[in-house]
Amino acid sequence: MCRLGFRCEHRYPDGFRLDAGFELDERVTALVGPSGCGKSTVLAIIAGVLRPEKGAVRLGERVLLDTGRGIDVPPERRGIAIVFQDHLLFPHLSVEGNLRFGLKRGAPRAIEFHRVVDVLELHGLLHRSPQTLSGGERQRVALGRALLRGPELLLMDEPLAALDARLKDQVLHYLAQSFAEWRIPTLFVSHDHADTRRISSRVLVMEAGGIARIDDA
Amino acid sequence: MTAAGFAPFVPAPVLGLLSPEEWQAVGLSVLVALTAVGASLPFGIALGWLMARRDFPGKSLLETAIHLPLVLPPVVTGYLLLVIFGRKGWLGGFLERWLDLRIVFTWKAAALASAVMAFPLMVRAIRLAFSAVDRRLELAARTLGAGPVDTFFSVSLPLARHGVLAGALLAFGRSMGEFGATIMVAGNIPGETRTIPLEIYGTLESPGGMERAASLVVVAILVSVGALAAGELLERRGRARLTAKG
Repeated sequence: MCRLGFRCEHRYPDGFRLDAGFELDERVTALVGPSGCGKSTVLAIIAGVLRPEKGAVRLGERVLLDTGRGIDVPPERRGIAIVFQDHLLFPHLSVEGNLRFGLKRGAPRAIEFHRVVDVLELHGLLHRSPQTLSGGERQRVALGRALLRGPELLLMDEPLAALDARLKDQVLHYLAQSFAEWRIPTLFVSHDHADTRRISSRVLVMEAGGIARIDDA
Repeated sequence: MTAAGFAPFVPAPVLGLLSPEEWQAVGLSVLVALTAVGASLPFGIALGWLMARRDFPGKSLLETAIHLPLVLPPVVTGYLLLVIFGRKGWLGGFLERWLDLRIVFTWKAAALASAVMAFPLMVRAIRLAFSAVDRRLELAARTLGAGPVDTFFSVSLPLARHGVLAGALLAFGRSMGEFGATIMVAGNIPGETRTIPLEIYGTLESPGGMERAASLVVVAILVSVGALAAGELLERRGRARLTAKG
């Protein structure tokens, strides 16, 4: 079953042009490619934080974006959560405040707070400030915050970037646990093919603003 | 507020440093400055955010209008306020006729003049505070289900709060010292519109005024320095918080 349909064109002032189209199913999909090929732009368009010049995004039966028909559902109503590359935890809130941010605002799908805290082993961090966390801890909190939004689709921008081998293994373990527990269709961006193979069932390979090929496991 | 009104808050030896008239001027200045800041702060926050986050036709014109009181002679600002809020002014006439509310030559006019004169400083500090908030945090809030207004109150404003407080303190300090526009629009009525600067001015005009005005001058300096220092401290704390990793 198709969860997400994506077809967009977008040109940046520096001349770079994104022209990509693909469909996602319920599985974990990786979007890989070299830096600057347009991967993060794809995520931003799906999440609704960037409006492309032309295109359409559909999630299940819902049209989230259709520039031809003037439809552009705002990010807060898309039911899509995103884990940003640099986490973007709210510095004025505690870890618990960050985790509950999406939960308090009517999650589309109920996910139990304590279960997320258990699976991602966040007990000891709840009262800490995000500024005091290590890179791996911040990644786990950002993942927990996105999961607690109860999204219909989870987007992750380079979840393994800037982590050393030990932390990478740790985060991969938590990701695998989360995918198994909540089965949220996920699209994550990575520039490292080897890492993506460990957690994804499908790989979209991007080159120069377009999808070059699709590898199914 | 009279000297007796300060008795619960001020130790007796300090109470004796100023005359009852001077204490009255201090009390009135605090009332005027608090009213000016309280009434203008919501507008300052709205305009500071607008200038930091939105581009729109006429933005430069609005910016010029906001900053005008900084460069206009204060008596000119006072004159313009008199034209607008005077008993025969287009807004003053309306307020008096329909709401039975008289502004000019009351303490409310002193608060209005102070608010207008301090507004550019307030907006500038608030605008800088909003500009320093990482826009991506606001986008993150949107993806977590917060609408634009919710995002403003749950992310933008709390992150800009040190700058907002700094702006309010600067405006408070500026309001406490306002003279030119105030004397135009509120006059110099003891107990009604005679604030610290007007009291100093009045004292200086009388024989031996230089010596008698000294204690009130010290109060004015202490209040201004305190407001500036607290504002600067808050701005620094805000900057440090926003540049911290997170």
